[in-house]
Amino acid sequence: MFGRLTLAAIPFDQPIIMGALGFMVLCGLAVVALITRYKLWRWLWSDWLTSVDHKNIGIMYVMLALVMLLRGFADALMMRSQQAMASTGGAGYLPPEHFDQIFTAHGVIMIFFMAMPFVVGLMNLVVPLQIGARDVAFPYLNSLSFWLTAAGAMLVNISLGVGEFARTGWLAYPPLSELQYSPGVGVDYYLWSLQISGIGTLLAGVNMIATILKMRAPGMTLMRMPIFTWTSLCTNMLIVAAFPILTATLAMLSLDRYLGLHFFTNDGGGNPMMYVNLIWAWGHPEVYILILPCFGIFSEVISTFSSKRLFGYTSMVYATICITVLSFLVWLHHFFTMGSGANVNAFFGITTMIISIPTGAKIFNWLFTMYRGRVRFTTPVLWTLGFMVTFTIGGMTGVLMAVPGADFVLHNSLFLIAHFHNVIIGGVVFGCMAGLNYWFPKAFGFRLDERLGKVSFWCWFIGFFMAFMPLYALGMMGMTRRMNHVDNPVWHAYLVVAMVGAAIILCGILAQIAQIVVSVRHREALRDATGDPWGGRTLEWAVASPPPFYNFAETPVVEGRDSYWEAKLEGRARRPQPVYRRIHMPRNTGTGVVLGGIALVLGFALVWHIWWLAAGALLAAAATAITHTFNENRDYYVSSREVARTEDAYFQNLPSEA
Amino acid sequence: MTAIENAPGHGAHPPHDAAHAGADHGSVRSYAIGFALSVLLTAIPFALVMSGAASAAMVVPICVGLGVVQMVVHLIYFLHMNGASSRSWNMAALLFTVLIVAILVIGTLWVMYHMNANMMPGMMPTD
Amino acid sequence: MTAHLRSTFTAEAAALTHIGDIVDVHDEHHDDGSKTTLGFWIYLMSDCILFAALFASFAVLRGQTAGGPSGREIFSLPYVLAETSCLLMSSLTYGMAMIAMGRNQKDSVLGWLGVTLLLGLVFMGMELHEFGDLIASGAGPSRSGFLSAYFTLVGTHGLHVASGMIWMVVMIAHVLRRGLSAANQTRLMCLSLFWHFLDIVWIGVFTVVYLMGVAR
Repeated sequence: MFGRLTLAAIPFDQPIIMGALGFMVLCGLAVVALITRYKLWRWLWSDWLTSVDHKNIGIMYVMLALVMLLRGFADALMMRSQQAMASTGGAGYLPPEHFDQIFTAHGVIMIFFMAMPFVVGLMNLVVPLQIGARDVAFPYLNSLSFWLTAAGAMLVNISLGVGEFARTGWLAYPPLSELQYSPGVGVDYYLWSLQISGIGTLLAGVNMIATILKMRAPGMTLMRMPIFTWTSLCTNMLIVAAFPILTATLAMLSLDRYLGLHFFTNDGGGNPMMYVNLIWAWGHPEVYILILPCFGIFSEVISTFSSKRLFGYTSMVYATICITVLSFLVWLHHFFTMGSGANVNAFFGITTMIISIPTGAKIFNWLFTMYRGRVRFTTPVLWTLGFMVTFTIGGMTGVLMAVPGADFVLHNSLFLIAHFHNVIIGGVVFGCMAGLNYWFPKAFGFRLDERLGKVSFWCWFIGFFMAFMPLYALGMMGMTRRMNHVDNPVWHAYLVVAMVGAAIILCGILAQIAQIVVSVRHREALRDATGDPWGGRTLEWAVASPPPFYNFAETPVVEGRDSYWEAKLEGRARRPQPVYRRIHMPRNTGTGVVLGGIALVLGFALVWHIWWLAAGALLAAAATAITHTFNENRDYYVSSREVARTEDAYFQNLPSEA
Repeated sequence: MTAIENAPGHGAHPPHDAAHAGADHGSVRSYAIGFALSVLLTAIPFALVMSGAASAAMVVPICVGLGVVQMVVHLIYFLHMNGASSRSWNMAALLFTVLIVAILVIGTLWVMYHMNANMMPGMMPTD
Repeated sequence: MTAHLRSTFTAEAAALTHIGDIVDVHDEHHDDGSKTTLGFWIYLMSDCILFAALFASFAVLRGQTAGGPSGREIFSLPYVLAETSCLLMSSLTYGMAMIAMGRNQKDSVLGWLGVTLLLGLVFMGMELHEFGDLIASGAGPSRSGFLSAYFTLVGTHGLHVASGMIWMVVMIAHVLRRGLSAANQTRLMCLSLFWHFLDIVWIGVFTVVYLMGVAR
C-alpha cells in the first residue's frame, strides 16, 4: 500500500537530524501561524501562489534560494567542524554514512536549489523590465517553472526527515549510485528532485529566449540591449542546450535502478565511464549558466556606480558569445584522470585554457570602465571588486589544473575544492549578492541598509579567504576531498583555520539577515520614491519602485544603448503621458502551483515505490495540464483609467526636483 | 465602456491572420515532392542493406549520407525552412543545435573510444 | 517648472483617458502566433539534444551484448520499413491537415487529423508488438547494455509519438469546440512542428539503429 515506506524511514535514533527536523518544523509552523494570525492566506494565494507576474516569480525564486542557502551552509559548517575535530585521531561527531549525505546534499542544494534559483530569479525580475516588456513570453509557463523548482527543493528537504539522501557526491557517479551499491532511497530522492526541477529550468530557458528575441521594445536592436540582457540570453541558450543532456543521463540511471537496465552497471555490458562523460557534458555548461548572469550583473553595477558607459560593450558581447560556445568544448577536464589518454587530454586541456581568454577580456573591460569614472563604493560595488580579486585567483588555479599533468596530482584533492569554491563563491555568490543589493529597491521600493551590507561583504570576503586558502595548501599536501576524518596531524591546524573562516562567513550571513530585518523596519527612511535610487542607465530604472504590475504605461521607444541614461540627459525621462491606453495583461492561474504540488507527490511516490500513487499523480498532472488548455479566461484589459490613476499617484509622490 | 472593450475583432481571428503570424503552410505540391523524395531516400538505403550487395564499409556511409539528405528534405518540404527563414530565429536555433549535437555525439564517441581502449578489461591494446 | 508640467499633463490625461479605451493596440495579437511557435521550436531543439544524448549512448553501447542477441539477430528490416512507411505517410497526412487549415476547412482538418492518428496508432502498435516479442523471448531491455540503449532510444521516440497522439486527440476536441480559432491554429502549427520533428528523429533511428545494426 505504501510501497517500501515504513515508519522506520524517520531517523528517530539520530539526534542531529531530529534536531534539524525539529527546527525546520518549528520554523514552518511559525510561518503558518503568522500567516493565519495576520489573515494573509487569501493574499498569499491571489498575489503570490497563483501569480504569473515575472516580478513576483523572480522574488519567489530568490527567496527560495536564500532559504536553501541556509540549509546548504549548515551542511558546510558541519563538514568544516567535523574535519577540524577529526584530524587529531578522533572520529568527530559525524559517522561516514551521515557525512557522505551531508557533502552530497551540500553540493546538490548549493548548485541546484541556491545558485540556479538565484540567477533565474534575478533574470526573471530584471530582463523584461530592461527590454521594455510587460512580462515574459509565456507567463503561465513561468509560474509552472518556479513551482516545479520548488517541488524539487521540497523533495530534498523531505529526504532529511523521511528516509535518507544520496551518499554519492552531488553528481552521483555509478557504480556507487547504482542499485547494487546504493539500495536505499537516497539516490532516488536525488534523481526525482533533479528531474522535476530540471523540467522547470528547461521551460524557463525556452521562455526567456523567446522573451528576449521577440519582446524587446521598438528600436532596441540586439546591440542596444543592456549587457545583463545579453548575458541572460546566452545563459538561457546554454540552459536549453545543456539540460536535456542531464535529463537523458539521469533518466538512464533511473532506468538502471528501477527496471534493471544496464547503461552504467558494472555487469551486463554497462559502462560507468559513459555516465561521467555525459554528466559533465551537462556539468560544464552548467557552471557557465551560473556565472554568465553574474558577469552581466557586474557590468551593470560597475557602469552605474562609475557613472560611466560600459567600456567595450561590443567586445563584452562577443566575449560572452565565445564563452557560450566554448563552454561545450571543455567538459573532459573534469575527468582527465579517468584514462582517455594523452591526445584527448591535450585537446581538452588546450580548449580549457582558451576559454579563460574571453573572461580575461571582460575583467579588463570592467577595470577600464572604472578608470576615470566617479566610482561610488556602495555595497554592490564592494561585492563586484571582491569578485574581481577572488574570481581572478580562482580562475588562475583553474588554468593551472587545465594542464593534465598537474591535474593528475591535484584531481579530487582539496585543491580542486578550493578552486571551484573560489570561482563559484567569488563569481556566482558575490554576483548574486551584488544583484540582490542593486535590484532590491526596484523589487520592493526601499533600499537595503548600506552599513550592514558592507559588514556582510567584509565577513564573506575575509571568511572566504580564511576558509579556502588553507584548502589550497592541504590539496598540495595531498589531502583528498570528502573525507570525514584524516590522520595527518600537520593538517589539523589548516582545518581549524578553515573552520574559523566558515564561522566568519556565518557572521556575514547573519549580517545579511539582519540587513533585511533592519531595512524592512526602516523602510520609510530607505524609501526609493523615484524608482531610480542609483542613477541607473537602463530601462528598469525608468519605472517606479516597485513597478506597477504592467511595468510600462507606454512601451518605450529606444534610440540607443543606455537609453534611459540618454533620456535623462535630454530631459525626456520620467514624464507623464498625455494619453493612457488600456493594457492587455495575463490573468493569474493556480495551475502552476497545483502542478508543482502534484509533481511533489509524484516524486515522493516514485522514491518509495508507491506505484498506485505515482500512476495517479501522473494522470492527475496530465489531466490538469490538458484542462488548462481549455481555459479561455487567460487575459484581461486594464482600463486606461486605472493606468492613469496608477501613473498619477506615482508622479504626485515624486519628490520635487531641486 | 464595456461595449467598446468587447469590440469585435477580439474573438476568433480569420485564419489568414495566423498564416501571417506563423510560418507559411506549404502547398499540396511541396508536400507531395517532399513525400516522394523521402520515399526514394528511404527505399534506397533499405534496399542496399537488405540485398547485402555491398559490404557494410561501403553501405553505411551511403545510408548515413542519404539519411542526412532526407532530414534536410523534411526540413524544407515539411517544416518549410527556406531562404526566408534563414533570416529568422528558427534557422539560427537549428544551426546552433546542430553544432551542439555534433559536438556531443562526436565528442562522446571520441572520448569513449579512448576510454574503452585504455580502461576496459579485456580490451587492453597490446604494446 | 516640472511641477507645473506635471499638473498640466495630469489634467490633460484625465480629459483624454476615455480615448485610450477606444484606441486599440493590435500589435500584440499579431505577434502571439509567431512567439509561441518560436518558443515551441526552441523546446524542440532541446528535445533534439535529448535524443542526441540517447543516440550517443546507443552508439557507445551498441556492441555490448553481454552474450545476448545483437541487432542483426533481432531486427527485421521489412518490418521496420513498414513502420517507417506509416510514419512517413502520417507526416504527409498531417501536412494535408495544415493545408486544409490554411483554407479554413474545419471538417477537412478533422478528417486529416483522424487519418494521421490512425497511422500513428498503427506505428505504435507495430512497435509495441516488436518490443513485446523481444521481451517475451528474453531479449528485453535488462538483458544487456545494447538492449538497454536500444529500448530506451526507440522507446523514447515511441513515447513522444504517443504524446503527440494524445495531443492530437485533445486538438480534435479543441477544434470541435471552438473551430479554427487563432489559438487553435497556433496549437496545430506547434503540433505540426512536433510531428514532423518526430519523423526526422525516426530517420536517425532507422539509419543508426536498424540499418547500421544489420549491415555486415
